[in-house]
Parts: sequence; structure tokens; C-alpha cells
Amino acid sequence: MTDHAIDVRGLNKSFGGRPVVRDVSIRVAKGRICGFLGPNGSGKTTTIRLLCGLLTPDSGSGTCLGLDIVRDAPAIKRQVGYMTQKFSLYEDLSIRENLDFVARMYGMANRRAVVEEALERLGLATRQRQLAGALSGGWKQRLALAACILHRPRLLLLDEPTAGVDPKARREFWEEIHRLAADGLTVLVSTHYMDEAERCHAIAYIAYGRLLAEGTVESVIGTSGLVTRRAATAEPDALAARLEGLPGLEMVVRFGGALHVSGHDAAAMDASLAPFRGDPAIRWSEVEPGLEDVFIALMAQAQDPLQ
Amino acid sequence: MRAVLSVRRFWAILVKEFVQMRRDRLTFAMMVGVPVLQLLLFGYAINADPKSLPTALVMGEASPFARAFLAGIGNSGYFRLVGGPVDEALADAMLVRGEVQFVVTVPSDFSRRIARGEHPALLVEADATDPAATSNALAALSRIAETAAVRDLGGVLAGQAARPPPFEVRIHRRYNPEGVTAYNVVPGLMGTILTMTMVIMTSLGMTRERERGTMENLLAMPVRPAEVMLGKIVPYILVGYIQVAVILLAARFLFGVPMLGSLWLLSLVLVAFIAANLSIGFTFSTVAANQLQAMQMAFFFFLPSILLSGFMFPYRGMPDWAQVLGEILPLTHFLRIVRGILLKGSGWAEIAPELWPLLAFLAVAMAVALLRYRRTLD
Ligand SMILES: Nc1ncnc2c1ncn2[C@@H]1O[C@H](COP(=O)(O)OP(=O)(O)OP(=O)(O)O)[C@@H](O)[C@H]1O
Ligand SMILES: [Mg+2]
Repeated sequence: MTDHAIDVRGLNKSFGGRPVVRDVSIRVAKGRICGFLGPNGSGKTTTIRLLCGLLTPDSGSGTCLGLDIVRDAPAIKRQVGYMTQKFSLYEDLSIRENLDFVARMYGMANRRAVVEEALERLGLATRQRQLAGALSGGWKQRLALAACILHRPRLLLLDEPTAGVDPKARREFWEEIHRLAADGLTVLVSTHYMDEAERCHAIAYIAYGRLLAEGTVESVIGTSGLVTRRAATAEPDALAARLEGLPGLEMVVRFGGALHVSGHDAAAMDASLAPFRGDPAIRWSEVEPGLEDVFIALMAQAQDPLQ
Repeated sequence: MRAVLSVRRFWAILVKEFVQMRRDRLTFAMMVGVPVLQLLLFGYAINADPKSLPTALVMGEASPFARAFLAGIGNSGYFRLVGGPVDEALADAMLVRGEVQFVVTVPSDFSRRIARGEHPALLVEADATDPAATSNALAALSRIAETAAVRDLGGVLAGQAARPPPFEVRIHRRYNPEGVTAYNVVPGLMGTILTMTMVIMTSLGMTRERERGTMENLLAMPVRPAEVMLGKIVPYILVGYIQVAVILLAARFLFGVPMLGSLWLLSLVLVAFIAANLSIGFTFSTVAANQLQAMQMAFFFFLPSILLSGFMFPYRGMPDWAQVLGEILPLTHFLRIVRGILLKGSGWAEIAPELWPLLAFLAVAMAVALLRYRRTLD
């Protein structure tokens, strides 16, 4: 048996002739948290749906928890917790009724105890009679998470679980996810937040349906070949205007009172920056490129097949 | 100065509405389709003067008069003799089962009694559960008898052939002697109301899940199509029973509708009828993209159901193609069953021929629903 909870190769999916997921291969080791990143419309949700049997791939194959993603879809559903991007529990049922429903669907033997525990664990006990539709965004997310871990899945697929959630709740959310992973659960979580990506054991980056990078945060940054220079200045906007478009400078990004200038070709970049080095108003330093810079660079390099 | 109405904003809304209308092709097609269906059904299928009504004949004697009467009946256009002469018991059974609308009985010593001047009766029994279906035919009947009398008795029994005719046509309106329309309509309403509510309720079933986005979660869970379908259907069987109870109470105490047969038998048939409607509704809900489409499909089914089933207009008044269509609909068979049980006191044996088409419809509807059910979001 494989020691990967997710092991898929060459997944393809198109809608109406438009390829949305192209040749995607992902492996996630058991007990790991894998962040799934990519711009809007890059195919994250579609990939996750392929993994849990909600969509059938046009081609490609693989396993989730050792089960074939096409042939054993029903068996996979029993062991996977899928949290949808859009809230998809019943708004006209109360929190407890929703959890009861889910517990029944999975045929939980000790339903009451399981629901009770989930309510406690996520701090929903005091709100259990409230209708799900009346909950605020953050509370809906908590409820959705509670619902998808109710049946003690071995693999969690979370699609932007923290979108619209406040920082404190977000932190608690991640602590919960780490606790679950410590219990042996494998998690694939899509997100647009860089800080969340950095909390993951590994990340996968997808753009235009293609997987562009995979590995730990450090290795993704390391293998990107991106070089970043930081310029601290009193007037970053004026400097940015002058730097923009110079050869070798692929990205010029403002960070408060500083600019981050990045590119793949260090020599060309330094040649372009040389005239500014002598300016006493600018303090230059060399920094690690941020994950965000790497992603934006990756996206810029990738070809949109439609353009 | 501000105008009361901004033409630009009005135009903006108008354009948006047209764009949205164009997006939802099916809804648009239905808006055109429903009037066409209505026109066809009302224009071609509906006929309030039913002819060619099936009639059984009990011939006590084969006298020339009897034969002339028979010919007259055939020529009137209202009666269509079913097979040859039958005996009384069989004729009665045919009437209960609804195979014939009339039984005409010529007593055995009819000619002899006319000759003796005894003024005998020619018995015509009508299935009057639906008064509208029989009234014109019955009105025509005495005319036919008189003509036959003038023509044939004139020769054979010359002495008696004076006016008024030397016999009477005794009409016996079975099952609904006073011709009370409510006796026919109220049980029929039970079927109609059930059809309408049941189909609409379930047709919204899956589309609501889809529209609210709960479908994705539902499909992500290990649930089988049959479980979803039955789970969504069974609650409404209960609702259907509540409706039936209300209608039966009203039928009994407000309208005084007779209830001759077994209500247990009726309840049993109701399961099949309600489930058939629920399954067709569920099938619609697997096809419809949104709740509006589902409602329209339900209406598309409901319209022929009330028009072609014999609820609003006599079934036997419709042209053959309409009768064939009507024969497919569950309401048609249910109407015959419910009228049979309540008004005629039908039992198992009499309703069985109407029950199996209902069950067949149920089976097909469920099979289609399960075939149409998608387990993925593709
Ligand atoms: N059912 C569908 N029919 C047609 N196109 C679809 C369907 N589902 C997704 N798409 C298209 O596939 C592409 C990828 O969508 P997907 O939802 O997977 O992106 P995503 O990475 O999850 O984006 P986001 O970050 O905005 O959630 C999009 O261009 C979308 O329009
Ligand atoms: Mg998405």
C-alpha cells in the first residue's frame, strides 16, 4: 500500500471543450497538511471535486486513501470530509439538526455523542439551536468544518475554509487543523492567504489548470530562481515609477515604505539597478523572495492557453 | 427638476429582463408550449356530447322489434354495442368494471306482453357516476324506441301500434340515481388535488438542493440515489393522506357522497397513486435546472391530467388519440378506481384492471428518475 493519502497522476478535466484541469499530478503523504494555491479560476475547486468523486476526470487516474478515484468513488466518500467553498449545509436547519443529518448520512453508530463532541470541540454548543442561515460567515465556516470532520474521515479536503473569517477565528481554525493532522488525518486545503500557505507542511501551486510548483515553502521559493532586492525609501511611488519597465525587473511591489524588486536574471536586474545604487535616499538590501512574489512570477510565466 | 420615470433606467431593467429570459430557454419554450397544449386539448380533445358509448345488450327475446331496436341504437351514434348479447350477471359485472356505460335489457316476453297490452318496460341501466357522460344518450334513447316501435310493431303487432308507444323505456341511473354532479366531482377532486400538490412538491425537491448549493454537500456524502428519492417521496405520501382525509370528510359530511366500498382498499390504492405522482415530480426535479422550470413542468403534466383523465370532461367523449394519452396518465385510472370504490362499491376484482396501469406508471417513473439522477456534478 502507498503511504500517500492522495496520489493522482495526469488528471484532466474540461467543461464544454475548455480545459480546466490539465495534467495535474498531486501526492500528499499521510498525516500531512498540503496547501493548495492558485489564482481565481485556476482549477482548485475542480481538482478537489475530482479527488472526492464529485466529478469524473476525462483522463488520468490515481488513488485517494488507496482507493481508485473513479471506480471506488462511493468508498472514498465514506472516508473523506469535503468542505465546499460555498456554504452547502441547510440554512433552514439549526446547527444541531445539520450535524444530526450528516451523522445519520454517514451512519454513525453513536450519533448523539458524536454530535455533542463536535459542538463542544468547535465551540458551537451554545448556538446549537440557531438556524444555520442566520449565522455569520465565520460561524458558518466553523459549522461546515464541524460537519465535515464528524464522521472521522481519514482525509480532509477543505476548499477555502477561511475565506471571510476574522484573524482570531482563522488562527483557531488552523490550530484545529493542525490538531487533526496530529491525530493522523491528511489535509488538502485550498487558500489564497500566504500566511496560511506557510502553515502547511507542503504546498502545491496551480495556474490555468496546470500544477506549476510543489513541495515545502522553502523548496518552492528556492527552486523558483527568483531574486529580490529591497529598496527602503521615503518616496517609494516615485522610485517605482522610475523602475517600472527596466530590463530584468519583472516585478516591482510596494511594501509600505519599501519596494521589493524581483526578477529571475540577477545580472540583468543589478545592471538596471546600478544607477540607483548611489542614491543616498534609497537603502538597498537583499531579501528572500516572498511566497507571493514567487506565485505571481509563476503565474506571469505560465501561458494562459486561451490567450 | 426630476422626471418621475427615468427612461434610461426603465430601459436598463427591460434589457436585463430580456437577456435573462433568453438565457433560460426551457422556461421560454414552456411559455410558448403551454398555450399550444391548451389550445390542442381544449380545441380537439374536449367534447361535452360523448358518442359511441359502449353498451351491453341483454336479449330476452330475439323478436323483430328487439332487432329493430338494436339497429336503431346502433344508428343513433350514441351507443356502440359491445360484442353480442350477454346474460344479466355478465352485463352487471361489465357495468361495475366500467367496461360499458349502458346495459339495455329486452325482457323475455316483451313482444307478447305488448300484444296483450300490458305496457311492458324496456330496461336501460346507465352508469351515471358521471351524469354529463350519459345525459344526451339517455335523451336520445326514448326517441329510438319510439321509432323502432312505429316501424316494426306497426307490421307485426298492428293493433297496438298507436301513439303513445305501447311500452315504456325505463331508465335506471345506477350508482348516482339523482344525477348529483358532486358525487362525481368530489371524488375526482381528490385525484386532481393530489396530482397537483404531489407533483409540484417533489418537482422542487432536487432543484431546490441545486439552487441553494446544498447539492454539492449531498453528493459528497455516501448516499445512494434510491435513498435520496425515497427519503424525499415518503414524507409527502403522509401529506397526501392528510389531504385525502380532509377531502373524504368533506365529501361525506358536506356533500353527502356515498361511500359504498372499502376505505381500506382505497387507502391501499392511494399509496400507488400518490407515489406515482411523487415519482413523476421527482423525475422533473432531476431534469429541471431551476425551481421555475420545475413548476412549469409540473403544470405541463397537470394540464393534460385534468383535461384528459375524465375529470373535467367525459373520457368517452374524447377522440381516440386523446383517450390513448389519457390512458397513460395515473389520474385517469385513479378516477375510475375512486369512483368505483365510493359510488359502485367496487372491490379488488373490479379495480384490478385499473390498478396495474397505475403501478406500471409508478415503476416507469421511478426507473426514469433513478436513471436521470446524477451522482456527480459533471
Ligand atoms: N460546472 C462547470 N461548468 C463550466 N465551467 C466550470 C464549471 N466549474 C468550473 N468551471 C470553470 O473552471 C475553471 C476553474 O474553476 P474552479 O472553480 O476550479 O477554480 P478555482 O481555482 O477554485 O477558483 P477560485 O479561487 O475562484 O475558487 C473556471 O474558469 C470555471 O469557470
Ligand atoms: Mg474554488
